Amino acid sequence: MQRDHGILHGHMARMHTWWMILQISLEERLVYRVDFAVATLMRFLPIVTQIFLWSAIFEAVHGDNVAGFRFEDFVAYYLLVMIGRAFSSMPALASGIALQVRNGEIKKFLIQPVDLIGFLLLTRIAHKLVYYLVSMSAFVLVLYLCRGYFPGWPDAPTLLAFIASLILAFLLGFFLEATIGLVSFWFLEVSSLLFIYMLLNFVLSGHMFPLDLLPSAWQAPLNVLPFKYLAYFPAAVFLGKVSGPQLAYELGVQLAWVVLFMVICRVTYYFGVRRYSGYGG
Amino acid sequence: MRRAWPRYLAVFRTFARNSLVRDMMFKTNFLIQCVGSVLWMGVTLCFYVLIFNYADEIGKGTGWHKYEYFVFLSTAMLVNSLMQAFVMPNAQEFSEMIRTGNLDFALLKPIDTQFLVSFQRIEWSAFSNFGFGLLLLAYSLSQLNYVPGAAAIVLYPIYIVCGVAIMYSVMICLAGTSIWMGRNQSLYDFWFYITNFSRYPMEIYNGTWGNPLRWLLTFLVPVLVAINVPARFMAMQLDREKWYLAGFAIFATVAALWLTRRIFILALRSYRSASS
Repeated sequence: MQRDHGILHGHMARMHTWWMILQISLEERLVYRVDFAVATLMRFLPIVTQIFLWSAIFEAVHGDNVAGFRFEDFVAYYLLVMIGRAFSSMPALASGIALQVRNGEIKKFLIQPVDLIGFLLLTRIAHKLVYYLVSMSAFVLVLYLCRGYFPGWPDAPTLLAFIASLILAFLLGFFLEATIGLVSFWFLEVSSLLFIYMLLNFVLSGHMFPLDLLPSAWQAPLNVLPFKYLAYFPAAVFLGKVSGPQLAYELGVQLAWVVLFMVICRVTYYFGVRRYSGYGG
Repeated sequence: MRRAWPRYLAVFRTFARNSLVRDMMFKTNFLIQCVGSVLWMGVTLCFYVLIFNYADEIGKGTGWHKYEYFVFLSTAMLVNSLMQAFVMPNAQEFSEMIRTGNLDFALLKPIDTQFLVSFQRIEWSAFSNFGFGLLLLAYSLSQLNYVPGAAAIVLYPIYIVCGVAIMYSVMICLAGTSIWMGRNQSLYDFWFYITNFSRYPMEIYNGTWGNPLRWLLTFLVPVLVAINVPARFMAMQLDREKWYLAGFAIFATVAALWLTRRIFILALRSYRSASS
């Protein structure tokens, strides 16, 4: 009985700790809210150039579509990719971890009863929640203005699959980038590695253009990489490019990637900490 | 006073040498940066190669066919690589200097502050992009039927410098705002999103929304002339209307630099040191 009470108390204390972390991160994020809201609106400017660029391209296109995308689909695609990236992009996650390893701040996680990866995940969730809260109005406004480019609302199962793919994209992005950050236990300077990763991510995730544009021989290797689940896949789901059993299968693959990187991330951290040596206070 | 210019040149040479020494301290990092940025250019090029598989021209009747467009693209690469080499590392440093109060030290030095904060650091790895741009330019020109005249070849580098000056002005004006706003983390993003418009031929901005946008980005914030004017010189015959634009580009450069100077001085006046 006494022991049960102790365990319960332990859980309560842990919940309380996590709740505090979440709250602190929320407040931290709201300090620079004006800068933040402006930056969010600015992020839609490339969409404007994309609309003009693609409408110019479509003036001289052979046929009425490019790789199965009509002009409207391209605009819808780029907007959906923005939503996908809002979930899967992790600004300053890997570089933040690398910095903490380099300047020794990481020590506190080795001493305090707080798990580094759990802590980072929670602060990230908090940051994302604030981001959605602040940028929601901007997103709604832009999507409303651009509603003509969308084929209409997909049916309920597709919508649910879309939401699931976004949540999985968030988790995949987090564990992938955290793993890269943890590599800094071995190489102290990871900024150039990160640059290459960002480049790969930009192209292979479908952020730059829909992957359907590529010749089919190039598409096959992309299907066995995790990148497309960060941006291309959620957008393709919403646009109805993936459906039925294929959709269920792909969601399964996405989940498998999340689990795999969760494990890799843990293992990297486990061995990284064993390599690490910290001096001084 | 008469010796002022050579002194600035000597200081600039020292900056360039110091930056090179700094870059060479981390050789592998330098190499990866070069490879990474060339890779980036390559990816951009691939994207347009893909597009030209599906379309003949960007905007019907604009003349931007595949190789003309690649001339445009290489011009954009040249301007951007010069920005990356000379302006970007300093601009990032500048907002950091304001935040931390380190601008005090720059103000105390017996040299023009704008010069000091603009050219302190040079990113040598950006010249790999410059090389890539030149190669692409040469290749695209060899594929074109049109041969640019002597005037175009002489004016091209001048207009490239004008383009850089315009982009630089936008950057310094934005950096000036970070003095007023205290912290402006998204300075680089801000600059990127505004100048993003300049990376495409100006003809694509047409229609109800496009025409006013093109007008705004040509005459008010003249980023559109930065790349469009030199690229047109090289890729195709200029018609009468475009010569006006070429004249305007010179005026816009001078005006932008003058305004930048004013804004910079005004912004410095509002600078409050962050330290005690």
